[in-house]
Amino acid sequence: MSAVDQPAPNGARAAAIKPIIGFRNISKRWGSMHAVDNVSLDIEPGEFFALLGPSGCGKTTLLRMLAGLEVPTEGHVLIDGQDMSDIPPNKRAVNMVFQSYAVFPHMTVADNVAYGLKIDRVPQSERDNRVQEALDLVQLGHLASRMPDQLSGGQRQRVALARALIKKPKVLLLDEPLSALDAKLREAMRFELSQLQQKVGITFIMVTHDQDEALAIASRIAVMNKGSIAQLGTPSDLYEFPASRFVADFIGSVNMFEGTLISDKPEEATVACPDLSPYVVHVPHSVAGQEESTVWVAIRPEKMSLHKDAETPPAVSKCPAAHNVAKGEIKEISYLGDISIFHVMLANGRLLRISRPNRSRWDQDDFTWGETVWVSWDGSSPVVLQS
Amino acid sequence: MAKQRAPLEYNRRWQMRLWLFLVFFFLYAPLMALIAFSFNNSKRNIVWQGFTLDYYRKLFNNDSLMIAFANSLTIAFLATLISLVIGTLAAVLLWRYRFPGKTAVEGAFTLPLVVPEICMGVSMLLFFTRVLPWPNDLTWPFNLGSIVIAHVSFCFPFVALVVRARLASFNKEQEEAARDLGANDWQAFRDVLIPHIRPALIAGGLLAFTLSLDDFVITFFTAGPDTITFPVKVYSMLRFSVTPEVNAASTMLILITVVLMIIMMVMQNRAQKKAKE
Repeated sequence: MSAVDQPAPNGARAAAIKPIIGFRNISKRWGSMHAVDNVSLDIEPGEFFALLGPSGCGKTTLLRMLAGLEVPTEGHVLIDGQDMSDIPPNKRAVNMVFQSYAVFPHMTVADNVAYGLKIDRVPQSERDNRVQEALDLVQLGHLASRMPDQLSGGQRQRVALARALIKKPKVLLLDEPLSALDAKLREAMRFELSQLQQKVGITFIMVTHDQDEALAIASRIAVMNKGSIAQLGTPSDLYEFPASRFVADFIGSVNMFEGTLISDKPEEATVACPDLSPYVVHVPHSVAGQEESTVWVAIRPEKMSLHKDAETPPAVSKCPAAHNVAKGEIKEISYLGDISIFHVMLANGRLLRISRPNRSRWDQDDFTWGETVWVSWDGSSPVVLQS
Repeated sequence: MAKQRAPLEYNRRWQMRLWLFLVFFFLYAPLMALIAFSFNNSKRNIVWQGFTLDYYRKLFNNDSLMIAFANSLTIAFLATLISLVIGTLAAVLLWRYRFPGKTAVEGAFTLPLVVPEICMGVSMLLFFTRVLPWPNDLTWPFNLGSIVIAHVSFCFPFVALVVRARLASFNKEQEEAARDLGANDWQAFRDVLIPHIRPALIAGGLLAFTLSLDDFVITFFTAGPDTITFPVKVYSMLRFSVTPEVNAASTMLILITVVLMIIMMVMQNRAQKKAKE
């Protein structure tokens, strides 16, 4: 159990710090449809938290219940320890950046940003100062008098950010903040969002279906599936130690083999996967499973290596756990510049996905289509999953 | 021999031109004749006798006609105002909520659009004489109440229709954003929804105004002796003879309607340019 279930450092922290957001057994049903199913979750102050999952997993519903735009069927939402059950959205200390940005088209940029303060009857002079401050924060100071239709998508998003942040919320909610931007801008905004979060120092909660985005920005991620949290952890927890096939598959790409747990000893476990026979998979630790039970071996593409064909499997020095090998034929090579992805077909027709960095300018010439190769991986690379 | 024509060049064929001419002729020639003969210096109004503005002068000195005109404007103004409120509320209600019997309610709202006007007129007459007799001796403008109510009943569905169409393009996240920023339901409605449907309010309002101003049939059944409207008055003048005065009065009505339509289109264009995202 050692490597897979190492307690995440957050587990210890959560107990010490009072959470800013608490979901307590939250469920949301529409008729017989369970959008959110008994979710409990604590979010700490200062986190950049991501709710990650495929569409329809309930992540947006969870966020909207936090904002008060949906009412939970069961359970409670706590903001800063206070039960929000009877508090309407306009009385909650959270603000949201909507997926469409929802910038008011009939107001100037400055009026948009000032709206929340106007509603709160903040005096004009203070309002003007704070609007200027908020616009400067998102680098839109020079566009204050523009109308939204004169702005680009990225600029409109900044207006939405400034408009939400000006209210000094305890938590900022972001619904798919980057999905409407083009690829280059998205990269830049990822960086800017985390910069912004550090600058204003409040908790950000982001909903996204894009695992790259969540990994790149968030300090902690809840992966959701079918209305429940599949796994909670830091980006590297989720990538390196996925708890289930769903998480392993949803985050990053993975080679997954179904097999039978042959032996499970503290120092070594062995799994027989029909796809990889005649070889068995060795991992240098126990996996805490029932012997003879069905398990799944997941190996990331970058943790597998390719070797030129030879009579015998690659030497032990190249491959510490000698038997973690497979033999196949290169069917497809995707050259992506920084890395190349090889699709290797095993004897039984199963395709493996192996990525290899192109560290020298000639690396891509090492292997070619149709070549027979050995594939090997370190014994510590695979994750053995029981669900 | 046959030359290739661009898709929009078919109006160069003589058949097409003839057809266009006939359409325009039968559409506009009667109106032109009406307007032209309003300047005819002849009581009989059959043969052109020379230009005069006499009948316009007469028109403006005709007190009962002027009162009818004032009545018409007042009724149109009140009916428009009430129709805007009721129509907008109806549209928002149907757009926002789902409730049992919604389809029936929707149908009921469009009923005044499809029921023949004459039936509406007769039903209004019966209603205001038998069910809810409208007192005759009220002071202005309350004496116009029954006509205003009758007009609202067929004007507000038009407002509701136009507003509903506009609401379809509303991004509900904007209203949620307003709520999220601290606005209560009314503030969100006022600050976000109303600005979005403003073009529809202008269009619906002017539609209601012109419908009310022009209406003859329903008004004919609901108007009392002291609450004659302009179209009803023109009709009563017709019963004696088609004098150029009737022409002049009709010309005025056309003029007002056209001017209002132009205002509507200009405002709509401006709003569209502004609302373009």
